[in-house]
Formats: sequence, structure tokens, C-alpha cells
Amino acid sequence: MGEREKRDWIPLLLLLPTLIYLIAFLGYPLIETFILAFTSDQGALGNFKRLTATGEFWEALRNTLLITAVIVPLQLGFALMLALFINMKFKGYTFILYIISIPLALSDVSASLMSYTIFAPMGYLNKLLMNLHIIDRPIYFFGFTYQTREFWVIVLTEVWRATPLVFVIILAGLQAVNKEYLEAADIFGFSRWQKFTRIILPLLKPSILSALLIRTLFAFQIFGVVWLLAGRDIPILAGEAYYWQTEVNNSNVACTYGLVIALVSLIISWAYLTFLKPGHLEGEVTE
Amino acid sequence: MAEVKMVGLKKYFGAVRALDGIDLEIEDGKFVVLLGPSGCGKTTLLRCVSGLEKVTDGRVLFNEKDVTDLPPKSRNVSMVFQSYAVWPHMKVYDNIAYPMKIKKYDRAEIEKRVEWAARLLNIHELLDRYPAQLSGGQRQRVAVARAIVLEPAVLLMDEPLSNLDALLRVMMRSELKKLQERLGTTTIYVTHDQVEAMTMGDMIAVMNQGKLQQYGKPEEIYHKPANMFVAGFIGSPRMNFLNVEFMEEKGEYYLMSDIFRFPVGNEKVQELKRTNTKKFVFGIRPEDIHLEGEKEYSVEGEVYFTERLGADTILHVKVDKERLVAKLPGDVVLKEGERITIYMDPEKFHLFHPETEQAVI
Amino acid sequence: MRYRIKKALIVFASIMIALWFLTPVVLIVLASLTPSSEYYDPHKILPTKLTLDHLYKLFVVLDGWQATLNSLEVAGVAIGLSFLIGLPAGYALTRFVFKGKNFFRLLILLTRSFPALVMAVPLVVLYLKIGISDTLFGVALAHTSMILPFVVLITSSILAGISVEYEEAGMIFGLSRFQSFLKITLPLALPGLAASAIFAFIMSWNEVFVASVLTLINRTLPAHILNTAIASPDYFKFAAGTVMAVPAMVFIFFTRKYLVSMWGISLK
Ligand SMILES: Nc1ncnc2c1ncn2[C@@H]1O[C@H](COP(=O)(O)OP(=O)(O)OP(=O)(O)O)[C@@H](O)[C@H]1O
Ligand SMILES: [Mg+2]
Repeated sequence: MGEREKRDWIPLLLLLPTLIYLIAFLGYPLIETFILAFTSDQGALGNFKRLTATGEFWEALRNTLLITAVIVPLQLGFALMLALFINMKFKGYTFILYIISIPLALSDVSASLMSYTIFAPMGYLNKLLMNLHIIDRPIYFFGFTYQTREFWVIVLTEVWRATPLVFVIILAGLQAVNKEYLEAADIFGFSRWQKFTRIILPLLKPSILSALLIRTLFAFQIFGVVWLLAGRDIPILAGEAYYWQTEVNNSNVACTYGLVIALVSLIISWAYLTFLKPGHLEGEVTE
Repeated sequence: MAEVKMVGLKKYFGAVRALDGIDLEIEDGKFVVLLGPSGCGKTTLLRCVSGLEKVTDGRVLFNEKDVTDLPPKSRNVSMVFQSYAVWPHMKVYDNIAYPMKIKKYDRAEIEKRVEWAARLLNIHELLDRYPAQLSGGQRQRVAVARAIVLEPAVLLMDEPLSNLDALLRVMMRSELKKLQERLGTTTIYVTHDQVEAMTMGDMIAVMNQGKLQQYGKPEEIYHKPANMFVAGFIGSPRMNFLNVEFMEEKGEYYLMSDIFRFPVGNEKVQELKRTNTKKFVFGIRPEDIHLEGEKEYSVEGEVYFTERLGADTILHVKVDKERLVAKLPGDVVLKEGERITIYMDPEKFHLFHPETEQAVI
Repeated sequence: MRYRIKKALIVFASIMIALWFLTPVVLIVLASLTPSSEYYDPHKILPTKLTLDHLYKLFVVLDGWQATLNSLEVAGVAIGLSFLIGLPAGYALTRFVFKGKNFFRLLILLTRSFPALVMAVPLVVLYLKIGISDTLFGVALAHTSMILPFVVLITSSILAGISVEYEEAGMIFGLSRFQSFLKITLPLALPGLAASAIFAFIMSWNEVFVASVLTLINRTLPAHILNTAIASPDYFKFAAGTVMAVPAMVFIFFTRKYLVSMWGISLK
């Protein structure tokens, strides 16, 4: 429909500003990142050597991977349950839908501050437990000595904040599942569980994959939540990049971190697209 | 008011030749129906005339003035879109008034004209509604009102009745036709409904695969189809086609097929002799086959089946390996398998050249 | 009976979900209004009186007001720029056929997975060179590059939902293509465009990494919070969180109709 014009230069003219802008603000920085990352007083690979020689880098890499590995499956599981629940379309479900989508509007900064409200030494959780006389001194969730607790608070915050993102994608996929498939299954006497595993899940696969891909990419770039709740107690890649840029004023190392993140993101995308049936996903992504 | 001329009009979409060299001259004030199967290029033709589409090659002239490179707004054309395209964010009144507002008519004039058009199309009670609150037929009338209110030089209508129910369609058909007669606006009207074409058009242009097949009065198109495509496309059920050979025996001339041998009248013999072939395609419309007539033009066969449509009975006759279709009065009752004799009207058959498919007679 | 149980389960689950998602929001607002004396009193879970002190101090003493204005300015410029640049591209993607269209679409999609921090650091260097380092305009330019792909995709999908024939009818009745777009298509697209502008606003309003890297003094609200909140007393953190959250939630409320589809697009 409507795609009838033949003069080729008009659409190109219309696209040109976008193209130029993206080249200037994404393309150029990308190249510059490479240049900066490969520039140091110890030869082209100096920054990488410097990076891998420090314990922080490996720790940051490990933590980033760990956080990603923990939160993505949790988010997916919760989101799936929420989506199935909302898709029952009970009375008043739109209201619950709105409530679930509230975190979509919140930044990682405000989400972490909310979680701090609860887990701070004088936060609501501690006060509640103390008043119920379950504990008599506050439990500390933050600080270098409590890294494990910090880690789980971060996980909880991220799950709270980002599950709705996954939820929205899966719900959209779920709503596209043809009701007749399920009715057909009823006729053939499928059980609830069979319906879920044999029909809904396979049909949802494309949505689940794209949700997974997106979440993994973003989880890998996690910054605000960790930085606010744990600072550098729990080093992560983006946080290290930030640290090297703003505190040490060393753009070269910061860019090296950036490049590592970009590289791993690329590998993740590639892995998803290659191993998990690209055909489905592409259809999903392009429209 | 304008005379419209298309000269060698071509429009290609990549490899698709939507228009493949159209030459057409439309007299001022005529109602021309553009008829053809789906995808033959009707909409594309309208869009080229309106200027919405840039032509690949050829010219469009209004009153001998070349408008090929003018944008739509400078052509003084109006259009009723296939989907109506009644602007959803404007009330009916504003929809009709907007073209005049664009052209900076003064208020009183606008009001007068909207009133006139709305009364004409019987939508004056709907002026205060939004298009979403109208039925399909009402919306369509708004589209027509909007198109005529400025008295355009050329009025283009793209299947404007295709979305209406049968009753409304018949009603609108005659309303539109009367309207056009009253206004005298040169009109090009696209349809692939034959009845619509026959009843409404002063002239009919039949198209196929981007080419103009025939341009003529409805009777001409029906009685003197220029080629096999037009002959087969116009009329329902479709014309019967049979291969025949033109032959002479003892000074008499015959058309001979597998199932009959008909004598040919003298005037026709001269015509047939002038062609470069002895083989022809013989065509006869179902309505020109009867249950009685001249013995020489009869064929014997077996009733294959009948379709009783009420007013008509469609008879399918098996004659050896051939099948013939006849359109008979509705009260005729025939049994399957019954042997019958059918008679063809000797004045009504057509002959086509087997290769060029052009009409010979 | 079974029906009753099912209904009870649904209600129960709904309440749990609502509690899970709403509690943190309610608590931070509450905490931001709690007087510090009560906050540090371990025996008082809920405050007995409320105060606007922290919000006042955040805004006035800690320059939160300036940072909020900065954020608004950045978001405003970024939205304006990205619609100015992105709308024509979105229009081209829906209304024209041309070579390389799918490639362009793919390119735009790809930029969505571009890590923001790869962009931020080189921009610091670039901005120093061209003299816009530590300016709001610089941040706005960076945010534009983030928002722009979203705007292109969303406008193209909004415009695709508006039949070309409306626009063509405008052209038939005396408008040029551009006028017809302005007078016919744009008004029809407006609700959708407004909703996407709100989404773009939230993207910019919430963005913290790039804003923090690119500025030192002229900070946007989240960047300001990120860098001062850590060193501030708790109740300022809560006030800051509340200030960040409330506008975004209000905006989301007005666009809830578009919520699912919009996020669907922005995430792809
Ligand atoms: N924008 C386009 N891009 C490519 N091909 C097109 C385009 N518009 C039309 N065509 C092709 O040109 C041919 C003629 O199309 P057109 O719309 O003129 O047909 P039509 O006669 O109006 O058919 P219908 O009766 O179904 O409306 C068709 O084969 C169609 O597929
Ligand atoms: Mg058509």
C-alpha cells in the first residue's frame, strides 16, 4: 500500500539526516573507541595488557556474567507467569497490567533508590523486623563486607525493575497466539500442562527469544543499579568504564572496557541468532 | 470540463507493466467506464491521470494542454477513492468544504456549495457527524460530494460502489449517472462489474494486462467486440468459442467445425476471403442460442446440466466432445441426458483470427 | 465451587502482584516525606507526621531544582531534534519503496543494541575539541542519538497505520505533498506521536550513564543524584528517588493505552 513513488532521491533525502546523525554519533564514537582502546604508551595492545593484568577486570567480567546469568532466567520465569496470568483476561486485568508496567517508566536510579528505602539500615525491612522482635539490631545489606547480600539486593532490584520489560514482549506474543489452536487442543483432550508445553510454549518461542536477547544485552550493560547500591564493592564492566573515565580520567582504559562490552554483546547476539533458530526471531524483530 | 487525451501512456513498476502504451481520447463531458479484470491497471491509469503517479512514458493532455508533469493540485481533477479516503478527523461538512477552503473560497460561497452538494446526495442531515459515525454508503456519498463540489475538469472514480450492498449499489448507480449527466463533467469511472459498466457508461474502455483492448459505446462493446478478450470478458455466461474452418464446396461457402457445418452469407464471404487464414475461432453468446430457429444452423446434443436462475435457465449442452452454453428463458425445463436440438442465431456469431485474436466479423 | 476457588485465587494473585510492584513505589514516596527524626527512630515504622523538608532541601539546597530544569531542557532538545530528524525518515520508510530500505531498517534496529557507554567516552573527547564539553546541549545531542532510532521506527509504524489515500486525497484537492502531510496525516498521527514523544521523554529523563560521563557541573537530575546522593543522608536519597519516579509514572499513565505496543517497538 502506498508505496508507489518512483523518484528515488526523495526517500533518500528524507533518510539522509538520520543517517548522517547516526554516523556522527554512533559510527564515529565506535571508530574512536577502537582508536582510543588501541592507543597506549605500551603499544597497540597496551591497554588490554593493563586491563587483564588487574584483578578488577576479571572480577568485573565475572560479576557481570554472574549477574546476567542469575537475573535473566529469573526475569523470564516471572514474566512468563505474569503474562499467562494477565492473559486470562479476568475482570479488572487492565488495572493489574498498568501496575505491572509502572517499573517500565522508572529509571535504574529510582529503582535502586526504592530498593534502598527497603534495605537501608534504617529501612522499612529492618524496622519491621525489629518491631516484630525478630531481630534486635539492623541487618546490614550494604557495604564492602556484605558483598553477598549486596549482590542479592541488586538481583532483587533488577528482577523487580526489568521483569515488566520481558513481560511486555511475552504478553504481546501471547496475545498473538491463535485461540483456535488451544480450542483444538481442548477437543483432543490435552491437559493444561500439555497445552502449555506443547502449544503455547512453542508458539511463544520467537517472543521469548527476542526478550532473552534484549534482556541479556541490557543486563550485560548493567550500571545504575550496581553503582548506586554497591559502588565499586561489586565491580562490573560498565562501572569500571565509568570509574576509569570520570575518576581516573583515562579514556583509553575506559574505551577498552567499552570495547569488551561491545564485543561480548556482539558475541551474545550472534550466539542467540545462530543457535536459537534465527528464522523465527527475524520475523519477530522486523515487525 | 475537459477533453482528456492519453498518448502512449506507460507505467512500469519494476518488471510489472501496469500500463503498457495506452492511447485514449475522451470527449468532453463523457462518462467513460474503465473495465477490466483485477490487476489490469485500472487504478494505475486513474492515478496517472490524476497525477498521483509519475508516468514512465507517454503524455496526458487535458484540452490539448500537456499536464503530464503537473502535480495533482494543479490539474483540477477530483477523485473518489476506492476506500473513499474521507478524512476521519473532519466532520462531514468540513470534508466537503475543505477543498474549497484550500482554494480560498469565501465563507458564504462555501456554505452554499456544501449545502447544494449535500442535498444532491441526500446527506444534508449528516453534516455534523464524523465519518466514523457513518455507514459505508453514507461515507461514499460524502466522498462523492467532496469530489463534485468544486466542479472539476475531470472526475475520477475508483470502484466507488464496490463496498456497498446490492440494493444500495443499484440505487447509487443511477444516482451517480444522473448526477454526472446534470453536471456534464468528464468522468472516468473504474469498475470490474460489467453490469455497472453497461448501464452507466457513455463509453466503455476495456483493458487487459496494461493494454487498451477496445474503446466504444456499450452496445458496440457487446455486439462488436474487437477481439477474443473483450468478447469473452463481456457477457455472462461467457461467449462460446469453437475452432472452425472456412471452406468451399460446389460454389457454396461453409464454416465447418467438429460439430457443425454452417453456410456463410455472401457479404461475410468477401470479408473472410480477405484474411490470410482459413482457420478461425467462432464465437457465439449463450443468449444467441435458442431452442428453435433455422435448421441449417442447428446442432444436436445432449443436456449435460442446467442451472435454473429464475429469470433464466443456463443450459449446458454436450455435443460430441464440445460443450456449449445457452441462456434460455427461465420457464424452460429440460432433463439431464435428454437429446435436444439447439439453434444458433446466424446474424449474431463472431469470427476471430486464431493468432491475432482480433475480430474478423 | 471450583469457579469460586478460581476467582479467589485470581484475586489473591492480583493482590500479591499489586503489592510486589507498588510497595517500593509507595515506600519511597512515604520515606521522602518522613521527618528525619522519625526515620531514625527504630520504633516507628510509619511516620506520624509528614514533611516536605527533604524535597525542599533537595530542590533548593542541593541544586535539585537546577538539575530538574537541566533534565527538562535536555529532554526537550533531544525530543525536538529526534522528531525533526526522525520523522522524515519514518515517513520515507512507510510511504516509499526504494532500494536499501530493508537494510536501513535493519541498521536502525541494530543501533538499539549499541552499548551507550561505547558512545559516551569518545564523545567526551569530541566535545572537548568542538567546545561543547560539559554542556546540556552536548548531552541532548547524545540522547538524540539514543532516541532517534526509536523515533524512526515508531513514527514509521504510526504512519503505516494511516492510509496513504487520506494524504493523496489532500493532494487531489489542492495541497502539495508536504502540505498534505502537515494538514491531513500529521493531525491523524498526533495522538500516537504525542505518546511516543512521552516515551522519548522518559528515555532521556531516565538516562544516567551518558549524562554522567558527559557533564561535571551542568548535570541532569539522574546524573546529579548518582553523584551526590551517594554522599548524602538517606532521606535525600528517598526524596531524589521520588522526584525521579513521579513524573515518569504520571506520563506513563497518560500513555497507558500505547504502553504495550510502544515498549514492544522500543525494545526490538
Ligand atoms: N506500487 C506498486 N508497486 C508494484 N506494482 C504495482 C503497484 N501498484 C500496482 N502495481 C501492479 O500493477 C498492476 C496494475 O495494478 P492496478 O492497481 O492498476 O490494478 P487494477 O486494475 O486497479 O486492479 P483491481 O481491479 O484489483 O483494483 C498490478 O499487477 C499490480 O500488482
Ligand atoms: Mg484498483
